Amino acid sequence: MIAFTPQLAARLLALGVAMVILQVAAVSQIELFGTNADLAPLVVAAVGLLVGSLPGAAFGFAVGLFLDLALVQTVGLSSLVYLAVGYGAGRWLELRDPQGALVPFAVGAAATAVATIGYALMQFLLGVDAPVSFLLVREILATILLNALIAGVVHAVVRRWLMPALPEDPRRRRRRAYTTGGLSPLSRS
Amino acid sequence: MHDKTVRRRRAVLGLLVASSLILLTAYFGESAGGGLHAVQRGVVEVVSPIQEGASRALKPVRDLIGWVGDTMDAKGEVKQLRAERDALRESAVTGTAARRENDQLRRLLDLDRSRDLTQTGPVTSRVIGQDPNVWWSQVLINKGTSDGVGVNHPVVGPEGLVGVVSTATGNSAIVTLLTDHRTAVGARIAESGVGGTITVEAGRPTDLVLRFTNRNDEVTPGQTVITSGTESRIDRVPSLYPPRIPIGRVTRVDDPGTDDQEIHVRPFANMRRLDFVQVLTRTRNAT
Repeated sequence: MIAFTPQLAARLLALGVAMVILQVAAVSQIELFGTNADLAPLVVAAVGLLVGSLPGAAFGFAVGLFLDLALVQTVGLSSLVYLAVGYGAGRWLELRDPQGALVPFAVGAAATAVATIGYALMQFLLGVDAPVSFLLVREILATILLNALIAGVVHAVVRRWLMPALPEDPRRRRRRAYTTGGLSPLSRS
Repeated sequence: MHDKTVRRRRAVLGLLVASSLILLTAYFGESAGGGLHAVQRGVVEVVSPIQEGASRALKPVRDLIGWVGDTMDAKGEVKQLRAERDALRESAVTGTAARRENDQLRRLLDLDRSRDLTQTGPVTSRVIGQDPNVWWSQVLINKGTSDGVGVNHPVVGPEGLVGVVSTATGNSAIVTLLTDHRTAVGARIAESGVGGTITVEAGRPTDLVLRFTNRNDEVTPGQTVITSGTESRIDRVPSLYPPRIPIGRVTRVDDPGTDDQEIHVRPFANMRRLDFVQVLTRTRNAT
């Protein structure tokens, strides 16, 4: 498990605040393919995938709470949804340690699906007093697709931002060892 | 060691879930003046200047991406707009004569209902934030109670009605849009006077529905929908909205000629591309 240092906490705090401001002030107002991207599930999932389940869940809870407060929504609703996203992504890291290049895209799509569908289910449970159209399903699917497309970029940005506060990645260390000469098995022959 | 880690993980997760549920329950249980609502207003108060700065700084990026999208959309709209222009030109000629007649009749009848929007104390505001959620359609504007903006004040955009102020703080306010599923507006067809209530289905923001019309009310696509407002001072339940603010255009009618007929309306205002709006601060039912 990755140690939760003050440096990591500070970087996560800055990341969460910047993400919410950017989402509300810019990304929400840019319409692509009839919908707009939602950075929150992507960033929360990326954090979970990089630092583990507990920091992921705590980050998801904090981001959800900030969103609910800043957007004057039902307090606690987004917190519950995003803590599930952060925890799920973190558990996947701990149990499977996924390596593929497409992992951020798949995780981004799954996180968006969990967030949007989970939010919709919560709304039904809380009793939305309005008929729901098929277009809602279409909009949810469009958001998932759009988020999947940008998930790689978001994951790379989050990874770059958190990297100084994370312990060195063993895979990166191994690659460096091979390329600096002397230790590569290819050089023995 | 492993058991301890698992126990700690479960405990923290349980604590976070319990906190969320407690917040949800408390939020639903309290009134609009409760503690959590006060915290929300405080956070909005603090965050809105930052959002305003970010919104201004990122406007060129939004405009660039919007320009690309608009250019693609515009090609498809040219033909439709040309036909619409021809129709409007024809109706403008007819309308000018009709308006003159109408004005003369109004003066003759001495009705106290011809109100211009300039008399409703419009406050021009910049949109500094937008809710990304498909459920709650609302925007944040940079004018608040210190500028005279208050709860239930109607909000209009360049194309027509946009929504109503739902929360107001010192220097910012939240506008619940016309496309929010909680909004209902008294409306009528401009050409025929057929009245009803405009609502929206969740997740269908470009398709408003005019309901509660009479089976004998005939409505055809292309007609204009406006706010019905409060036309008389003796109305017991005055409308939040002034009369005759454009809302949208009729696109189709489901189950025509029945009590359940639904008149679908496309709003004039593009809620996802709002830069400036006007809050009407002197309306009859505002608080």
